[in-house]
Amino acid sequence: MRIRHIARHLGAFLLTTLIAGLLGATLVRFGPGFETDEQQLDPRLNIQSLQALRESHASERRLPAFYAHYLVRMATGDFGVSRSLDRPVGELLSERAPVTLRLMGAGIAGGWLLGLALALPAVWFRAPLFDLASTALSGVFLCVPSAVLALVLFFANGPVRFAIALLIFPKVFRYARNLLANAYTQPHVLAARARGLSARSVFLRHVAPWAAPQLLALAGVSLGVAFGAAIPIEVLCDFPGLGQLAWKAALARDLPVLVGLTILIAAFTQLTNAASDLAIAACTREQA
Amino acid sequence: MKRARNIAAGVLILIFAASLLAGFVAPAPYAAQFRDLVSAPASRRFWLGTDELGRDRWSRLLYGTRISLLLAPAAAMLATFLAVVIGGVAGYAGGWCDRVIRRVIDLFLSLPWLFLFLIVRSLLPLDATPLTSVIVTFTIMGLVGWAPAARIIRAGAQSLRNSDLVLHARACGCHGLRLVLVHIAPGLKPVIFAQFWIAIPTFILGEASLGLIGLGVAEPLPSWGNLLRELANPQSVMSNPWILAPLAVLVIVVSCFQLLLPEREFVS
Repeated sequence: MRIRHIARHLGAFLLTTLIAGLLGATLVRFGPGFETDEQQLDPRLNIQSLQALRESHASERRLPAFYAHYLVRMATGDFGVSRSLDRPVGELLSERAPVTLRLMGAGIAGGWLLGLALALPAVWFRAPLFDLASTALSGVFLCVPSAVLALVLFFANGPVRFAIALLIFPKVFRYARNLLANAYTQPHVLAARARGLSARSVFLRHVAPWAAPQLLALAGVSLGVAFGAAIPIEVLCDFPGLGQLAWKAALARDLPVLVGLTILIAAFTQLTNAASDLAIAACTREQA
Repeated sequence: MKRARNIAAGVLILIFAASLLAGFVAPAPYAAQFRDLVSAPASRRFWLGTDELGRDRWSRLLYGTRISLLLAPAAAMLATFLAVVIGGVAGYAGGWCDRVIRRVIDLFLSLPWLFLFLIVRSLLPLDATPLTSVIVTFTIMGLVGWAPAARIIRAGAQSLRNSDLVLHARACGCHGLRLVLVHIAPGLKPVIFAQFWIAIPTFILGEASLGLIGLGVAEPLPSWGNLLRELANPQSVMSNPWILAPLAVLVIVVSCFQLLLPEREFVS
């Protein structure tokens, strides 16, 4: 059963990455500037040479052959060469990915810590004033663009990485607070409390395992939110990460870079979603 | 809570009305440049001062509010329409159609929509006229922002398809378009409305982020996004705190939309 589950996720991962690859290839094929070659502008080339150059692109005109060629190249890790930066796309991605991963990692960890640190007391102590204050605080951060938060932290010489945390924490706080409040009203939790179990035992043995699968699902979603926020933050605060690369590629209409990024992000998100799904399945099985 | 919602609705109506009447309320056209009063502080003539080109910030804020407040709901409507069509078809048809659409939804959800926007924007000319840039910005937002809503509408349509109500209607000989329009669509209405309402603040914040990185509405047309670009200069924020006015309006409007969100069960 477990192997089937993993195989299903693997299949979904491969299929989604393949679709992303095909979409990327479509972008390159139908994007502006396809088939143009700087060599064609060389005045020293005669008509025969120009004809030969054009014929070298002939295979790319036939769509099935183009897709097959593109996907084979992609499978071997060859994403082509960046038009604007004149460097292999794979090299650019591997160089910049650690910066974005660090930014996102710190942001996601900070957001979750802050969100849970506010949600747990709100549910445990049920103090209306604390609940109101934390809800208002999370509400304010829900309404401010991530880029503005990053600018404020940047100019205040604060940790810019925390801008992603400030964006993620309201979502975590609201979701976790509602989920935990709901967990404490479950019959098995009420029964455990009625039998005199300590608050710590009730939380660790009955509330946390009940809420864990849904919180894990939210953890999977956090990744997409974090990357979306990383784009303007990296652009405005000059972080040489994938977000800044995507922005530069969009401005320079550098399709090979955008396609490489699309595949990388789709694959990465699918992998983390699959990991979160498998963790959820493991949690549910343990409870059963 | 009801009181807070009423206040939020009132504030939204007030801001919306002021922006709609920008032509009458604004003391100057949004592109008018007072070259002898460049970067002027707030005064009786210029309530929020002037920017580095001598344009009245208050007038630009009013016109910018109009653009953001009119076009974000339009983009939300487009995204919701696509979500209804795609999610509705997947949920109602089921089978291979559902599986294929679910995969496409998964793909769109695995890519942050701001990144999707960058990809699509890169295919379009960057030297577009301001009006084209407004239309392109919000249309692309609508075209790439449908996936989260489609997933929820698909789930709603699927559960309705398997409900006793629809089963009964089928047994009575109701099929095809009539079944969809008379029995399924009314049941989906609250979910669709909630998704539309959620999308508006998302698109407002999205346009603000895009404007800040220079890929939103093109100058000289004002929008909250390009008005916020002045915040990138910390010295001017310190000396002219009224530069923060667009941010304040943005936060107030998005807060009002958040307060007016429908019941949680229709949201997720």
